[in-house]
Amino acid sequence: MISRREFLQASVAASAIYGASGLGNWSKLAAQQALTQDDLLRFDTFGNLSLVHITDVHAQLKPIWFREPEFNFGVGEVRGQPPHVTGQDFLNLYNIAPQSRDAYALTYPDFVALGREYGKMGGMDRVATVVKAIRADRPEAIILDGGDTWHGSMSSYLSRGQDMVNVMHALGVEAMTSHWEWTFGTDRVLELVDQLNFPFLGQNIFDAEWDEHYDDFPNYTWFDRGGVKVAVIGQAFPYTPIANPRWMFPEFSFGIRDERMQEMVNEVRAEGADVVIVLSHNGFDVDRKMAGRVQGIDVILTGHTHDALPEPLLVGETLLIASGSHGKFVTRLDLDVRDGQMMGFRHKLIPIFSDIITPDADMAAIIETERAPYAEQMEEVVGHTDSLLYRRGNFAGTWDNLICDAVMSERDTEIAMSPGVRWGASLMPGDAITREDIHNVTSMTYGQVYRTEMTGEFIHTILEDVADNLFNTDPYYQQGGDMVRLGGLAYAIDISKPIGERITGLTLLRTGEALDPARSYTVGGWASVNEGTEGPMIWDVVEDHIRKLGRVSAEPNGSVTVTGI
Amino acid sequence: MLTRRDTIAIGIGASAAVLLPVTGAYALTTEEAITAYTGGADMAEGGVTITAPEIAENGNTVPISVEAPGATEIILIATGNPTPNVGRFTFGPGSGAPMVATRIRLGRTQDVMAIAKMEDGSFASTAVEVKVTIGGCGG
Repeated sequence: MISRREFLQASVAASAIYGASGLGNWSKLAAQQALTQDDLLRFDTFGNLSLVHITDVHAQLKPIWFREPEFNFGVGEVRGQPPHVTGQDFLNLYNIAPQSRDAYALTYPDFVALGREYGKMGGMDRVATVVKAIRADRPEAIILDGGDTWHGSMSSYLSRGQDMVNVMHALGVEAMTSHWEWTFGTDRVLELVDQLNFPFLGQNIFDAEWDEHYDDFPNYTWFDRGGVKVAVIGQAFPYTPIANPRWMFPEFSFGIRDERMQEMVNEVRAEGADVVIVLSHNGFDVDRKMAGRVQGIDVILTGHTHDALPEPLLVGETLLIASGSHGKFVTRLDLDVRDGQMMGFRHKLIPIFSDIITPDADMAAIIETERAPYAEQMEEVVGHTDSLLYRRGNFAGTWDNLICDAVMSERDTEIAMSPGVRWGASLMPGDAITREDIHNVTSMTYGQVYRTEMTGEFIHTILEDVADNLFNTDPYYQQGGDMVRLGGLAYAIDISKPIGERITGLTLLRTGEALDPARSYTVGGWASVNEGTEGPMIWDVVEDHIRKLGRVSAEPNGSVTVTGI
Repeated sequence: MLTRRDTIAIGIGASAAVLLPVTGAYALTTEEAITAYTGGADMAEGGVTITAPEIAENGNTVPISVEAPGATEIILIATGNPTPNVGRFTFGPGSGAPMVATRIRLGRTQDVMAIAKMEDGSFASTAVEVKVTIGGCGG
């Protein structure tokens, strides 16, 4: 007899027949210029339950450019496994035609040319159209937000997350979890959570002093939909107090706490859950490991690492769903749940092509209202770019090179450090650079640009430390960011080595000399997690730099040599 | 005449000479701490569970708990600290389950080790790695 795992595996294979996003013959449609909103939304309604997943929006209310990573290496057991597959390998793996809309949405090659053809992606008014269409088809669909929602734009910074809370309410979100939300600080988080008409979930959010779960952030929530009793368990980003400034929310402790996740699964099963969903901000590799250790989860809606996968990944009998970032994608997942078991599924990663999907008028009006108080300052043009500006990737993108140049120039330092965050929209060659665009790659509540001195030895230690957060072969020790970006320094990295042995060949670019472990160097950087960091805000530093240049151009600078891939 | 420095030096020498071999409480290395406690006896694996964060949120106060059903004593060793011995916890007949939860300071990334002494005098141990990181670049 066929096992349930074999059956689910067969369903994954069947979804591949549709091709990416369940459309298969897209490239043909695109060639005929015939792709419509109906094509994007077409879905053979399945089973008795629908889930809608959106995550890591990073406060992007409007359509944006977003170039997917060229370098996204996996190490250890997941070397070369999704989501650590990029470019042509990704197209081959998922049988996607080069140059197609799918290829543009999901991979980096020919980004500029394809972008000009297919247009920007995302926009919460388009997302609202998709969500409404799914709700029209399946009124009881559950709308879930994986977090990193309130942070990432100038309007979210200035409204301290209020714009996103209002927009997500209007979208009809029914539960969320969190990460960057916390960088608004405890008081503001509690204030906004108090406004929510849905739970802010986190089985792993603890009271730091008493080391017990903090009940205002529920472990899980229940939905009775389509005759199915659904439990949704929340998992916030485990390393929020490490990757972000702990002093801003000192009352709280996080962590992976997978034994407790197992207890929660057991608890909801005992209370009669027919299906168990985890709304997670762990990051894909952490979720994959957790799925292998915690028994009884049917679906993990992953987040944090910004991966967009056109098919679910099956671990045991648990489906892992990766819905991308920045509002580029929405996942619809239909489940057939019978007799307390998930018997089958149908999945579609819906790409939000802003030129094809009609904006929802109600949401468009809300977005304009939210932006209005800040629109004038956001939309002010401060310069132009002659090259593609992007960030995402394990190592520096062109936006990062420009930001590092700005820091070195404006703060007069030999070396610059810029955080390896995975958020930040792209800009196309020829684009005007507005203040909002700069905020889209720098916005945060701790953006002060410090100027300090560090010894060569300490700089080496920092690089080893960050590299281990990314390339430790045990996913539970990964924090899900990319490598810190450097200005003024070149280095080599062997990602297959253990901590302390990965980084070699540190060279100060302005002299061409090896970095002296004993000498002190002037270093400028931003996003320090230390309390009391002083300096101008990074967006002001970048704006000053761009204004002086008028037109900017930044290329990949080749200062990192990667081996051990 | 004795200087103050000499006095302090003598004091350190004396306390080391007296205390170190007896209790191991001031053992200088992890190996010495283990040997001082077990007398070099074999330690079983399993039967001891440590719950600790994979990465410490704050290296100055890391929550650690240890459970060892059937244990009469548990010792906790921070193998990478300058002073590895953290504490020795004794469970008498009036104790509840042999479980201890505390917070410890970890100077750097290291294994935290627990050794349980069982009712029959045998030993069991386990260790987990706790990473202490600079942090600050999560996406």
